[in-house]
Amino acid sequence: MDKLIIQGHEFNSRFILGSGKYSLELIKAAIESAGAEIVTLALRRANTKTEYNILDFIPKNVTLLPNTSGARTAEEAVRIARLSRELGCGDFVKIEVIKDTKFLLPDNYETIKATEILAKEGFVVMPYMYPDLNVARDLANAGAATIMPLAAPIGSNLGLLTKHFIKIIIDEIKLPVIVDAGIGSPAQACEIMQEGAAAVMINTAIATAKNINEMALAFKLAIEAGRKAYLAGLGRVLNFKAEASSPMIDFLEDK
Amino acid sequence: MYFKNMEQIDSDMLEQVLQLVKNYDYNIYNKNDVLKTLNKDYMDIEDLKVLLSPAATEYLNTIAHKAQYETRKHFGTSISLFTPLYISNYCENQCTYCGYNCKNNIHRAKLTIEEIEKEYKAISATGLEDILILTGESRTASSVEYIGEAVKLAKKYFSSISIEIYPLNTDEYKYLSDCGADFVCVYQETYNKENYKKLHLAGPKSVFEYRFYAQERAALAGMRGVSFGILFGLDDFRKDAFCAAVHAYLLQQKYPDIKAGFSAPRLRPYIHEHKEENPHYVNEKQLFQALCAYRLFMPFSDITISTRERAGFRDNIIGVCATKISAGVKTSVGGHEDNAKGDEQFEISDTRSVSEITDMIKQRGLYPVFTNHIRL
Repeated sequence: MDKLIIQGHEFNSRFILGSGKYSLELIKAAIESAGAEIVTLALRRANTKTEYNILDFIPKNVTLLPNTSGARTAEEAVRIARLSRELGCGDFVKIEVIKDTKFLLPDNYETIKATEILAKEGFVVMPYMYPDLNVARDLANAGAATIMPLAAPIGSNLGLLTKHFIKIIIDEIKLPVIVDAGIGSPAQACEIMQEGAAAVMINTAIATAKNINEMALAFKLAIEAGRKAYLAGLGRVLNFKAEASSPMIDFLEDK
Repeated sequence: MYFKNMEQIDSDMLEQVLQLVKNYDYNIYNKNDVLKTLNKDYMDIEDLKVLLSPAATEYLNTIAHKAQYETRKHFGTSISLFTPLYISNYCENQCTYCGYNCKNNIHRAKLTIEEIEKEYKAISATGLEDILILTGESRTASSVEYIGEAVKLAKKYFSSISIEIYPLNTDEYKYLSDCGADFVCVYQETYNKENYKKLHLAGPKSVFEYRFYAQERAALAGMRGVSFGILFGLDDFRKDAFCAAVHAYLLQQKYPDIKAGFSAPRLRPYIHEHKEENPHYVNEKQLFQALCAYRLFMPFSDITISTRERAGFRDNIIGVCATKISAGVKTSVGGHEDNAKGDEQFEISDTRSVSEITDMIKQRGLYPVFTNHIRL
């Protein structure tokens, strides 16, 4: 069976679903359409005393992936992760350390520091990062469970702007590489899965779709198609028009 | 002239804003400028000028669609809820348009810490977790220490605490940040310096420059976010809205980790007001245009819509440009738990409760958010 394995935890689905941008009442149906087994949520949204808590809307059989959004430093990310564990959100944590409120691009340096601390504390650390191979190596060495490079700025739906850099990380790092942020369409999700991404994370592309459930399903199918294509091995692509027939090797003697 | 004890920070942001507005003539733009701007994905200062121009008013419907698209992209369908609590209405300023004017004979009051806690409990019981603590501008009646105590106590009940008080020095903002305050809201009211002097006759608020740099001092003190506001109806709203947007933009450029937000109240009736025709009156269409311009220029910023506006207006702009809405509002001192202790600052138009606002948000297919902040 082709399973996604994150630090020993096995998942059948390679579709990680975001939950922060649409009504809580829609989450359950979206998870079902997506067939998602991992759902991200912002801990800052879950840290509420009201009955209207996102945690109550996510089915219990789904693995929670709380993120540390709101953290500006490694230290703040670590504190949010610990709070998350205390609130019963489990050991998975997606590290987001963001110092720029405009583009929400991650701070790689602080992310490495937070990863190191939290991995030592037994968390399953999934760091969101700007795709830089050196940083990916540092994250792996720091104990990360996966690498989560961004395809484009969060919420932009701009697609695979960093495709080649993600591909470098896929090729060089042994951990599952989960593409997070920026994917705007099922075609793009399929494309990066074909390239060997272990999974993709989608939020805004679904939240901004006219029909959330149908779009969740479309992504599910695209992710599965991309994965199958990757496993099947893509056929070769000819980069030149035809095989040249004029002799270029007939000067070679048989001695 | 700064008053004694008013801190002067080393910054040229005010000069930058005033220079930019000096060169802003909104009458030079035409249909083609508007269409060109609307075709862009990212707006710069030139686009902001176009979006606030009379030429853009004709394209308000298109602008609204684009604003809604940006709001969805950055906030999804979530709408944050909060409520203000006035803990004191003593004021040392003489602002010609305000019910709290120190020359205005109203019922003044200040809540004791025990009374504040009662109010917090009543507000918290409605489900709200985001509070805005307000005072009139009197350092004597509502000292920084008094506000600090109110903030410390608020931590027990709320996950996010904003303050809307008189401008402070950096060390004082730092003190309130240490007490638990997360966000600072300051209204410049108008960026027209000459008119500002005529509107703010006496008191610390008459120092235009000190007020202008309040957000920057708050940023230097480590606050998580600051918001900007003009009072629509005091001056030329196109120029004022332009200045507020540029002010927020420059601050976010200089302090990229600061969350910048906007509030956009219009002048409302208040007690003992002298009614006369206002040459700067701003209608709903104009207010909406300004809010959409804020959204398109700084798509990631929170925009708060006041209860000064009628329900029908507020309901239709959340999710389009506004992302934050107050509910269960009282503008009197206290009044959530028991009868109000002091008179209100202005009349409100939308008196709906928290559950009524929550239901309205859900009915519109939007998603009410009670907390979106972790105090760290």
